Amino acid sequence: MNDALRLKICDLLHENAKLSPETIARMLGETPDVIESAIRELEQEKIILRYSAVVNWDKLPVNQVTAVIDVKVLPQREVGFDAIARKIYRFDEVKSVALMSGGYDLQVTVVGRDIREVSRFVSEKLATLENVTSTATHFLLKTYKSDGVIYDDTDGERRLMITP
Amino acid sequence: MNTLYDRLSPVVRNLAPSGIRRFFDLASQMQDVISLGVGEPDFVTPWHVREACMYSLEQGYTTYTPNRGLPELCVEIAKYLTKFGLAYDPSHEILVTVGGSEAIDLALRAMVCPGDEVLIPVPTYVSYKPCALLAGADVVELPTYAEDGFRLTADALERAITPRSKVLVLCFPNNPTGAVMDKEDLQAIADVVRRHDLFVVSDEIYAELTYGGQHVSIAAIPGMRERTVVVSGMSKAYAMTGWRIGYAAGPEPIISAMLKIHQYTIMCAPHMAQRAALEALRNGDDERDRMVESYDRRRKLIVAGLNEIGLPCHEPRGAFYAFPDIRPTGLSSEQFAERLLLEQGVAVVPGNVFGDPGEGFVRCSYATSVELIEEALRRMRAFVQNLAYHPVR
Repeated sequence: MNDALRLKICDLLHENAKLSPETIARMLGETPDVIESAIRELEQEKIILRYSAVVNWDKLPVNQVTAVIDVKVLPQREVGFDAIARKIYRFDEVKSVALMSGGYDLQVTVVGRDIREVSRFVSEKLATLENVTSTATHFLLKTYKSDGVIYDDTDGERRLMITP
Repeated sequence: MNTLYDRLSPVVRNLAPSGIRRFFDLASQMQDVISLGVGEPDFVTPWHVREACMYSLEQGYTTYTPNRGLPELCVEIAKYLTKFGLAYDPSHEILVTVGGSEAIDLALRAMVCPGDEVLIPVPTYVSYKPCALLAGADVVELPTYAEDGFRLTADALERAITPRSKVLVLCFPNNPTGAVMDKEDLQAIADVVRRHDLFVVSDEIYAELTYGGQHVSIAAIPGMRERTVVVSGMSKAYAMTGWRIGYAAGPEPIISAMLKIHQYTIMCAPHMAQRAALEALRNGDDERDRMVESYDRRRKLIVAGLNEIGLPCHEPRGAFYAFPDIRPTGLSSEQFAERLLLEQGVAVVPGNVFGDPGEGFVRCSYATSVELIEEALRRMRAFVQNLAYHPVR
């Protein structure tokens, strides 16, 4: 399967996961069979990991807080940062973990019902892990844009209905 | 009785009113209409361009600019045009105008004497004929046909030429047909143009929206530069329709004549919009290319969809319009567009408003979201199937 096509498919699905293989096929000038098998491959190779919606939770009646935590760790011989990262991302509360350059090592995103719950997780679970040397917890106040999506986009349809 | 209206200029009184007005009014009163009738990009102008304009206002760039436009903008335009093999001197051969529309008006007014004939291939964008008439010309329409991919043939041009022929107006990639003229097509046209010593006004506003190949300008064909005014602008390629920045490029004597009209009627294009155009030309290529790729995908989607519905659609190789043949339905363009709007809430533009040979076709703009294109296609399918059960008498 050629890489250019796979890239285009991922580009389209990342933008809108609801596109059917038929639609993608037409947009890229391929047959639905080709697109379907390419998507299957991408799924099997774990290039496409999940299809999900971008949700603005602030508009729903849910109690949830998000914290972004800077974690400093001691890398370990042979496994570097991977072993400690693995220990952290296994927790259900943890939504994302990334290795960073700069002032700290791992950026961990944690979601909980309230500040207390998140604090307890940090102090009892995260900070106490062997090789974690420090944590700095930042609570997220408002999301404006995430993964390329502006949450309150005011760039609506402003065109006249019919123009020459 | 002599009414106020009767005392107005007969040239203006005799201009046909815009053919889309009625559909616009009709569609505007309806709910839940999907419009495939929009002749402009569905992207908002890229943020870095908008931001550059705001910054220019902060900096106090609120004055007139030189008549022909900001010198640095003329330089960027000249630099940009080299990608089509065109070389113009930015200080004498480029003119920044209020949209491509002004450039078309200026070019025709600069070239035409009363009684001269202006040759216009149709169907085409609606402004050329009124501009030519307002300039005092007689208009000769050159029909183009679906069988030729709506391209102008040298033969058709040759047959229409009279001793009074003065200007040929070209618009390729074409609105509304999406037709593109290849180099060979243009060479054949250029031969005729040179032989009869015509001027050419070449509206290349959709040049960037050419799919599966590079746009060719007729001014790049040998012997054409000295008789051609290339018209283009920021509107379509950079999603900047409302900024009204266009330009003309051509030989110094023509541009100077156009500049004379421009300086007495317009003075200069809006300064802040020129600053925005400068930013778009300097730093907007990546975003522009992304938009073009997005149009291309939607183009393929709508063309395949229309053909499946049973509305044969030649492949539009440029702009952002599909121009399907609706004759299989037995309806006229106007009937089709009106009934499709009233019965299914989809707005398209009847082909005949772009000239008589557009009859039997409708223009569907695909500068709208994939979801809306698919929903519009579903509704059009329902409309066409319903017609098949209730044939037109």
